[in-house]
Amino acid sequence: MSTVDDQSVGMDYLESFPRKFLRVYLPLGLIIFFLLFPFYWMAVTTFKPDAEMYDYEKYNPFLIAHPTLEHVKKLFFDTDYPLWMWNTVIVSVSSTFISLFASVCAAYAIERLRYKGSRYVGLAIFLGYLVPPSILFIPLAAIVFQLGLFDGNLALILTYPTFLIPFCTWLLMGYFRTIPYELEECALIDGATRLQILTKITLPLSLPGVISAGIFAFTLSWNEFIYALTFISSSENKTIPVGAITELVNGDVYHWGALMAAALTGSVPVVILYSFFVEYYVSAMTGAVKE
Amino acid sequence: MAVIAEPVAAHVKPRSLWSRAFESRNFLGAMFMVPAIAILILFLAYPLALGFWLGMTDTKIGGVGRYIGFQNFVSLSKDSVFWLSVFNTIFYTVFASIVKFAIGLYLALLLNERLPFKSMVRAIVLLPFVVPTVLSAIAFWWIYDSQFSIVSWVLIKAGLLSRYIDFLGDPWNARWSVVIANIWRGVPFVAITLLAGLQTISPSLYEAANLDGATNLQRFRHITLPMLSPIIAVVMTFSVLMTFTDFQLIYTITRGGPINATHLMATLSFQRAITGGNLGEGAAISNAMIPFLVAAILLSFFGLQRSRWQQGGRD
Repeated sequence: MSTVDDQSVGMDYLESFPRKFLRVYLPLGLIIFFLLFPFYWMAVTTFKPDAEMYDYEKYNPFLIAHPTLEHVKKLFFDTDYPLWMWNTVIVSVSSTFISLFASVCAAYAIERLRYKGSRYVGLAIFLGYLVPPSILFIPLAAIVFQLGLFDGNLALILTYPTFLIPFCTWLLMGYFRTIPYELEECALIDGATRLQILTKITLPLSLPGVISAGIFAFTLSWNEFIYALTFISSSENKTIPVGAITELVNGDVYHWGALMAAALTGSVPVVILYSFFVEYYVSAMTGAVKE
Repeated sequence: MAVIAEPVAAHVKPRSLWSRAFESRNFLGAMFMVPAIAILILFLAYPLALGFWLGMTDTKIGGVGRYIGFQNFVSLSKDSVFWLSVFNTIFYTVFASIVKFAIGLYLALLLNERLPFKSMVRAIVLLPFVVPTVLSAIAFWWIYDSQFSIVSWVLIKAGLLSRYIDFLGDPWNARWSVVIANIWRGVPFVAITLLAGLQTISPSLYEAANLDGATNLQRFRHITLPMLSPIIAVVMTFSVLMTFTDFQLIYTITRGGPINATHLMATLSFQRAITGGNLGEGAAISNAMIPFLVAAILLSFFGLQRSRWQQGGRD
């Protein structure tokens, strides 16, 4: 896409600061406050001792008088949280790599080999992207059970690609399309096989696309909930989102401190990854929409 | 020519069927498609078909079901909880989508202004979309707590309220609460994708309009909106799709309560199929979502895409 530079408002300098403050900064600030407040609240609650958490009269709820790591400690040592974290990492990494491999091959075949019917296959894969997990989870549960995969990481590693492959393939098809044909033709004349062309020419040139697809796929599988909730039953096999919501609530007793600590520490890895690859992430998100 | 060519041809080794196959586009194409197609058929196409079948059986968890035709749908049509969930789903989708679109477009326009730290602001805005939905929903759950809600506390301190709001205990409060949580999560996606669309609009159009004396509103109405409408159509289609089939927010914040007031079709199908063990009935509810879903997609896609021909764009 051709990004236009910031000159879109040519007479911007004529606008006085108070006017621009009212027109732009104030509404922007309010919206950002609305978007960030839950995170702030999550962090404050995580490090607040129980005594302060339930007493708004004596302590200002927005601040922490005596910060504590008690909730984080409880979460890491008294629950299966480290195991959930480990499962989430394993599942996200494996399903991302499986999906990337399958998508690179598929996108290359659809875009560059242009075999008979490739257009229709491409369209079918896009339609697959529109099938929501909340329609698929019941029959998938039956299949996962039949295959004997129930309550194991493999159940998730094999089912997450169902929403990752259509997305990655669609995104990579767009990237492959931007690579000039002539490069491949040269290589073909020099006697390279199709596999060599893919690994030595197409893939290196579309590396940004592969990274974008990978980052996005990783965060999607880290965030996945409904499959993990349905296919996993024992505590030590759960992922972070499922573990947090099912294991940290004992009947009517909500361990808010531990819950918030789980929410915070479960979000941090994705946020760190995201902060390093913002541009890739955004291009994955907007790229999938724009085609 | 043929005489000269002949000795060359004699040197070419006769090639096996195997190596010739590897130069055929169709064969090679099929080989490259195997991993993706295998996974998608086994875990996407087959379950989709199995779902249709399950919806017509009385399968229970751990048992074999019998074909019972449309009986699941007949009993659902008399089930008031099911109709309540249909109402909730439509309510949730309509209100959340409209507000997400309005705030998202507004935010995109604001972010398109000349701003300091623009890329950082953009990165921050996208955070609610990046963070796992369930985990941020837990934060909302705590914000909506009946005794320790920070929102109630602030409103009381400001003198606007006399007692704590029962966010999740009252049916209508609960409905609006989950709609707000959904808006919070969805706005960044709408805003950032629309921003990407805004950045592709050529500034020369605005300059021309300026010279012709167009006002801000006219420029928005006659340049921004028409240029943006194809991407609006796609973004809103995705947004409607995600909202209609939402599960995580509801499951985390209310579990469908109070008294089924926030059950969406997705959460109801989970409750009936997995918690209750009636796979057949749950699958029937999932299947009932499909016509609504297709209608919603067609409506938002074609309804919003009408004006595409005006820009002479490709299709």
